[in-house]
Amino acid sequence: MTDLSQAQVRERIERRLTSRHRKEKLFRGLGIASIAFGVLAVVVLFTDIISKGSGAFVQSAIELRVHYDEQVLGIDKVDDESLAWANFDGVIRQALLQRFPEVSGRKEKRELYSLVSTGAPFTLRDRLKADPELLGQSETLWLAADDDVDTFVKSLDDSKNGFRGRTSDQKAGWIQQLMESGELKKRFNTTFFTNGDSREPEQAGIRAALVGSLLTLLVTLLLSFPIGVSAAIYLEEYAPKNRWTDLIEVNINNLAAVPSIVFGLLGLAIFINFFELPRSAPLVGGLVLTLMTLPTIIITSRASLKSVPPSIREAAMGMGASRMQVVFHHVLPLALPGMLTGAIIGMAQALGETAPLLMIGMVAFIVDVPGGITDPATVLPVQIYLWADSPERAFVERTSAAIMVLLAVLIAMNTSAVWLRKKLERRW
Amino acid sequence: MNKRPASKKLVASALAALTIAASQAALAARDHISIVGSSTVYPFTTTVAERFSRATQFKTPVVESTGTGGGMKLFCQGVGENTADITGASRRIKQSELDMCNENGVDVVEVQIGYDGIVLANAKSAEPFELSRRDIFLALAKDVPNPDGSKTLVPNPYRTWKDVNPALPAHKIEVLGPPPTSGTRDAFAELAMEGGCKSFDWIAAKKKEDKSAYKAICHNVREDGAYVEAGENDNLIVNKLVANPNALGIFGFSFLDQNADKVQGSLIEGREPTFDSIADQSYPVSRPLFIYAKKAHVNVVPGVKQFLAEFTSERAWGDDGYLADKGMIPLPAAKRQQVVADVRKLSALTDLAAKK
Repeated sequence: MTDLSQAQVRERIERRLTSRHRKEKLFRGLGIASIAFGVLAVVVLFTDIISKGSGAFVQSAIELRVHYDEQVLGIDKVDDESLAWANFDGVIRQALLQRFPEVSGRKEKRELYSLVSTGAPFTLRDRLKADPELLGQSETLWLAADDDVDTFVKSLDDSKNGFRGRTSDQKAGWIQQLMESGELKKRFNTTFFTNGDSREPEQAGIRAALVGSLLTLLVTLLLSFPIGVSAAIYLEEYAPKNRWTDLIEVNINNLAAVPSIVFGLLGLAIFINFFELPRSAPLVGGLVLTLMTLPTIIITSRASLKSVPPSIREAAMGMGASRMQVVFHHVLPLALPGMLTGAIIGMAQALGETAPLLMIGMVAFIVDVPGGITDPATVLPVQIYLWADSPERAFVERTSAAIMVLLAVLIAMNTSAVWLRKKLERRW
Repeated sequence: MNKRPASKKLVASALAALTIAASQAALAARDHISIVGSSTVYPFTTTVAERFSRATQFKTPVVESTGTGGGMKLFCQGVGENTADITGASRRIKQSELDMCNENGVDVVEVQIGYDGIVLANAKSAEPFELSRRDIFLALAKDVPNPDGSKTLVPNPYRTWKDVNPALPAHKIEVLGPPPTSGTRDAFAELAMEGGCKSFDWIAAKKKEDKSAYKAICHNVREDGAYVEAGENDNLIVNKLVANPNALGIFGFSFLDQNADKVQGSLIEGREPTFDSIADQSYPVSRPLFIYAKKAHVNVVPGVKQFLAEFTSERAWGDDGYLADKGMIPLPAAKRQQVVADVRKLSALTDLAAKK
């Protein structure tokens, strides 16, 4: 052993100190760099999605003076039956021809008629249904433009000539003319929030998918939270520690890592083929997602039960509380914030799933907004997938807009998780 | 701390509500048409479904995009409320699938609805390609005939298009296309690659001797990176082509039609892929599209008959119909009339050879 003088020790420590400080700095720098990388990725993702998708919130519309001519419509009174076969197409065509009287010839007229969305006749039908007095009258209306027109108008913002696509020179001329006179404007796209899916981009909306997602999540939450929490309480507070409970625990952890498509196959075999529940229904979707989220909820619930200090249990027991009273009066309220957070994270995960829904028929074209858990429905991520796969150019921006809605829902869910935890959390 | 959580009550009431809902659902008869099948046919069936529900009092049919093979499985499962009424297919039904259907008591009505062209496209910023099917086969097959002319196969030695055919540019061969699970890939292999493969007489002669070996030679795509599996999303392939002007991409005609400002179709056998050249069959890489209806459901599920009538009406699948606007290439008028007559009679398909 050598004796070191105090000076020598000091010198050695100082020498090591610089290297320790350097390491410390390096580590901190690495941490900041990884966070910066994450933030950068999020920023790039968001700017990309927002720049692509923001266009979908406005939509070109054409102002037309329509005359609800009884003869063109071919009806003399307004009731459901006559509205069903009234010729609203004719009314719109007449209005377009009035606006562009110089157009003649079959081909040219076809071009002209295609300025307005094929959904426009239904706008007129709804107007007339709401106000039968309009029959025989005229009114000025903003009607949705066709998606080719919309794409062209929007692309004019980016470049001078814009993307013509299938728009002919003549049609482009009409569009320019309408824009200059203020009869073609981009207006807020309410259709996007009020309609279900459609093959025509200008009529497509996310309402059906959003409602479908909410119904599916409702079923998932109502089933998985109570079942998951009960399972966690039993396993944590009551179950004896033996080989069986170990086996169960391993299985639950395993299930959390099973690819979600497997749950879809299980759902198809059990719920649809055996119990004969309807295909494409949020009920079955919710059941399948329950199977998928249960492990997550059980695991997080157990963790939050574990984090309740044993002193609380002991104190309650000491005051003569029964096992159940201990759990429900003391342990559960303290563990609840953690459980809720886990449940919301599980729900957020379920909200983003498409794979298990493929097998049970929820990857589907749904026009009607579902009214209950047994109506055919689809969910938001599926809607995004279906739109991303569509050839029509106007679906590109709608895909990004739908992603924005999905992100908004996710952010709302995660914020509420944080808020709930802050509000209910108890420190000791 | 003596607040009693409501979770117990919640469990009971939620479970009760769900059981009631479930049992009711199982009893209620289905009142909407259920359609499954190919993602290529999906845009067309959905268009018809939407128009159909608006024009009639029936509920909007539910259309699932399951792929041709997946759709056939669901469709042929049997007859009953939980099975699909109609399936779309981007190729003809296979004999094995028809057998499965018949075993399960499903009588199938075949409806050919139109054509779809498959294009090989590159970015507008590059020169358009002029290819023959032989070029495509030589560029993309796993094994190709020995370049020295002997009747043997060698692993594909070609690196650039110029190696394949001196008339082509000296770019590296790089083709983005769908994965093997896709119907588009099947059709591409069958129409483009096999078309080129057959042009070697000694390979064509193999077809009679050993069909599976012949198929392996003609359909197997090289795996050394020249063919890139770019997923099922055709929009993605279009974007990748724009970013990489030296690459070619394989996708359906409707995507070319919608992205004409970004990509251009390669000429195959001197033919440009256009609406007209696909319709008159002069463009060689086009395939028929079908829907198959379940005969037993036609008069049971409300609207199936009317849906088929709408699909086969002139305003839908005619030369100027709304399906043509969506990129489907119509059948010739005479063929349309014949199909309409067959659909009216609801003649069931029993043997594939009989009606080809």
